[in-house]
Amino acid sequence: MTRFFVNGRAVTVDADADTPLLWALRDDLGLTGTKFGCGIAACGACTVHVEEQNVRSCSLPLGAVAGKQVVTIEGLSRDRSHPLQKAWIEEQVPQCGYCQSGMIMAAAALIREVPHPTDDNIDAAITNLCRCGTYARIRRAIHRATRGAP
Amino acid sequence: MRPGSAGKALIAGVATAGALALALLRPSQSQIGDRAGESVAAFAKVASVLTSPRCQNCHTLADFPRQGDDRHPHLFHITRGSADHGAAGLPCSTCHGNSNNIASGVPGTAELWRLAPVAMGWDDLSTADLCRHLKDPQRNGHRDGVQIIDHLKSHLVTWAWSPGSDRDGHPRTLPPIPYQEFLEAAEIWVRNGVACP
Repeated sequence: MTRFFVNGRAVTVDADADTPLLWALRDDLGLTGTKFGCGIAACGACTVHVEEQNVRSCSLPLGAVAGKQVVTIEGLSRDRSHPLQKAWIEEQVPQCGYCQSGMIMAAAALIREVPHPTDDNIDAAITNLCRCGTYARIRRAIHRATRGAP
Repeated sequence: MRPGSAGKALIAGVATAGALALALLRPSQSQIGDRAGESVAAFAKVASVLTSPRCQNCHTLADFPRQGDDRHPHLFHITRGSADHGAAGLPCSTCHGNSNNIASGVPGTAELWRLAPVAMGWDDLSTADLCRHLKDPQRNGHRDGVQIIDHLKSHLVTWAWSPGSDRDGHPRTLPPIPYQEFLEAAEIWVRNGVACP
């Protein structure tokens, strides 16, 4: 039994402590915005935030988040009003869209630390994979979202 | 015997005994040589570990970590970052947890996964240069001998002997000698004066 917080809400998941956090989010809590991609922490489709830091939830044991704050794509904003979500729509970033929630969560972690990221910052921080090749639009959307940020 | 000569004899006796004691305590040149020799020999063992991929992949001069026994750059354009634990927004701990991940092959340990600072990078150093590097406080994190030994007991170092398997399920190569032998060699190196070849 692991108790933690998801998108500000206290939750308890009755699963083995070794269960990947991703399964707890999707199967136990019904938060299916976070995707399974590679299962080996390589592609980033499963990116969520734990204590405001990027993690690949497919490879993080549930037990590691006991008592901690987890934010998923569903919790990034209540009404899709996060600057990145708006920029994503304005730039029409997704093609198939499967990787995009992970992309947005990775970008959100980046701009929390670097409010005006350069292309180099983006290249270094966003290692997520997109099989549709939307990288150029992702970069534009991050710049759009952070234009005028304090 | 006159009182005066008894006193002189006593002083002479004490002086002789003192000189003898000092001679016994002070190591002779040959003893110093023996200790240095032991130290150098022990460091050869230490170096055999430090130059293994398990240590050197993160003790690198590169702006990125390395992976595997071929020491290739870390996949996915992973970079060192300004604090040696990854790029802003992508710390090493994004993927590297508190233990080796059996399913993904991502290594981890009960200590923040990170690179050694560039000052502690030792790519392509000879054994002698590595030795000098390791005992130079400017390049070893200002550690004295005891603190060097303490570092060798840290989770990040001992991980090298329990590195788990890679993502293809192949066990990672271990350093060339067992951990206890490595630690004992390091202690001998330090105890005998951190001598270098």
